[in-house]
Amino acid sequence: MPATHDNPTSDRTVAVACRGVTKEFGDGNALVRALRGVDLDIYNGELSLLVGPSGCGKTTLLSVVCGILYPTAGSIHVFGTEITKLSSSKLVGFRGDNVGFVFQQFNLLPALTAVENVCVPLLLKGVPRRHALEKAYQMLEKVNLRDRADAPPSNLSGGQQQRVAIARALIREPRLMVCDEPTSALDARTGHTIMELLREISIEQSRAVVVVTHDPRVYEFGDRIATMEDGRVVGVEEQTPKPGPPPKTPSMVEESVAETS
Amino acid sequence: MNWVAWKMLTGNRGKYLAIIMGVTFGAFLIAQQASVFCGLMMLTTSQIKDIEGAEIWAMDKNMQYVDDIKPMSDNELWRVRGVEGVDWAVRLYKGITRARLEEGTFQQIIMIGLDDATMVGAPREIIVGSIDDLRRPDAVIMDEAGFRQLWPDEPFSAGKVFEMNDRRAVVVGVCKSRKTFMTFPIIYTRYSQAVSFVPMERKVLSFILANPKPDVSAEEVCRRIEAQTDLQAQTRAQFEWTTIWYYFRKTGIPFNFFTTVLLGFIVGAAICGQTFYMFTLENLKQFGALKAMGARNLQLVRMIMLQALTVGFIGFGLGIGSVAMLFGEFIMRRTDKLAFFMPWQVVAITGGSILVMVIFSALFSVWKVLRLEPAVVFKG
Ligand SMILES: Nc1ncnc2c1ncn2[C@@H]1O[C@H](COP(=O)(O)OP(=O)(O)OP(=O)(O)O)[C@@H](O)[C@H]1O
Ligand SMILES: [Mg+2]
Repeated sequence: MPATHDNPTSDRTVAVACRGVTKEFGDGNALVRALRGVDLDIYNGELSLLVGPSGCGKTTLLSVVCGILYPTAGSIHVFGTEITKLSSSKLVGFRGDNVGFVFQQFNLLPALTAVENVCVPLLLKGVPRRHALEKAYQMLEKVNLRDRADAPPSNLSGGQQQRVAIARALIREPRLMVCDEPTSALDARTGHTIMELLREISIEQSRAVVVVTHDPRVYEFGDRIATMEDGRVVGVEEQTPKPGPPPKTPSMVEESVAETS
Repeated sequence: MNWVAWKMLTGNRGKYLAIIMGVTFGAFLIAQQASVFCGLMMLTTSQIKDIEGAEIWAMDKNMQYVDDIKPMSDNELWRVRGVEGVDWAVRLYKGITRARLEEGTFQQIIMIGLDDATMVGAPREIIVGSIDDLRRPDAVIMDEAGFRQLWPDEPFSAGKVFEMNDRRAVVVGVCKSRKTFMTFPIIYTRYSQAVSFVPMERKVLSFILANPKPDVSAEEVCRRIEAQTDLQAQTRAQFEWTTIWYYFRKTGIPFNFFTTVLLGFIVGAAICGQTFYMFTLENLKQFGALKAMGARNLQLVRMIMLQALTVGFIGFGLGIGSVAMLFGEFIMRRTDKLAFFMPWQVVAITGGSILVMVIFSALFSVWKVLRLEPAVVFKG
């Protein structure tokens, strides 16, 4: 099987290892078993897709993997750290240092401009505003939005907002990036642009990128597709992702800027 | 992150103004109601304030407030004068009598009789005539409001005549005086004259006004007077408070008004708390995103507190300011009907309540945010 794998940046080192992870919500009659024993490895330098029908537990798995929910049982190692054993305050720090977030609804602060939104994670860490803004402009450059840096989110298209969110997720250079349905609020074309950007990000610094989606149109971007059903991972398929444009010349991104701005 | 908190707060002009307005309105309501309350209570002490020149008021020991006159015998004056530390002591008559105007109508009048020799307690601001005019036979000086009440539409002038106790009285002057709870005209006259304007009684002395010797405090002299005579003695300030408390305890007016102050307070506080709490609720998702991205609880608490205090300070300032401007300057300048008094205590109480209220609602918000699962950010 590994023979089919030709992603040169995947060094096949494990970023996240889940073993027997379960998660239950509520109790008694209202008990919901969202995860029923998940075993899953996520690799550095790869874009992993998490797919499956609605309600199968994708978001829940993503949440426990990135440390915003504690699992009910099982172990999760992220870059060698057993995060389920961290105190909640340690976990907050761990998240800030190692995980970037991209949400379906972007979740930008409406009162801040694009570039200000991007620098928030640095501000949270205590970096002075001047430095943080400088870095934020660089990140916006990376996602091709330098020229919209001072626009408020409400003046940006969905695709542009998602790119701002990606720039924000990247600003602390996390080694793990988690994205919950990053394209489902976007049209097909813009969705493609975003997926290409995420692919690039995974290759670039050998990051582990996990994308939850139930949009079959983006399956082609994954190095690995984990399928979930009813709280379990029922299959992992490796594939050669669609050879998009060569990294670092994001022509599609530019095109989309022209189209959406 | 303080900067982000500030941006979150002010980012949406409309909402920001709405919150500020809410808090301002709350502060306005509290300050205005409390000031009117204070103004009303101050009215009860006007008659003490208007009688200046003596630090000590001695009176019958059963008297409860300034209008509760219990006449004493003239001997008491000599007893007080004999108390160690008393520099001087003079008599003061105060009572309500009935005047018969030239047209034959009757009018209740507050009469103050001043010591013939010293005129201690005489009004300070005379508009028409002078204090010396009181030495003329039958002479009285009337207060401005009283003159207007008795002879509306007539310019202030000396020479008006009326009768009290079948005796002629001549208005020789007009003076200023503070508003009182009662709306009767006030006249000043000599003590010897005053007793002739009322039916003969065995005891007529209402108050003894006294001053301490320079080396003794007024409080100490009051204590000595009470120890050596059968009277009670209070300093001016004490007597004012005694009177205020009497009205507070014994009449329903202050208490009833106090409940409306309380209502204003509750409404004001609720508005200000509610608007801020709503603001946090609207931003809950944003706080969730910050939490996911690694914001520590302490950081979030600080952000919310900063927002609350900002709103509180601005709203308090605007609220107090507008009350002072609108009532203190604008309305008071145009009418003397308004009882309004804003001592620093009212400012402090308003500030304190606003502070408590915004912190309280901020704590509610904090609680909400701290309990927030960062996982909400993944909800669509
Ligand atoms: N906080 C919660 N409390 C109770 N039940 C929950 C909670 N979060 C998720 N669940 C339940 O857990 C199950 C898995 O939910 P999850 O959100 O992980 O599904 P999903 O695969 O992401 O679905 P979708 O594709 O619709 O987003 C569902 O049955 C859901 O109702
Ligand atoms: Mg989901």
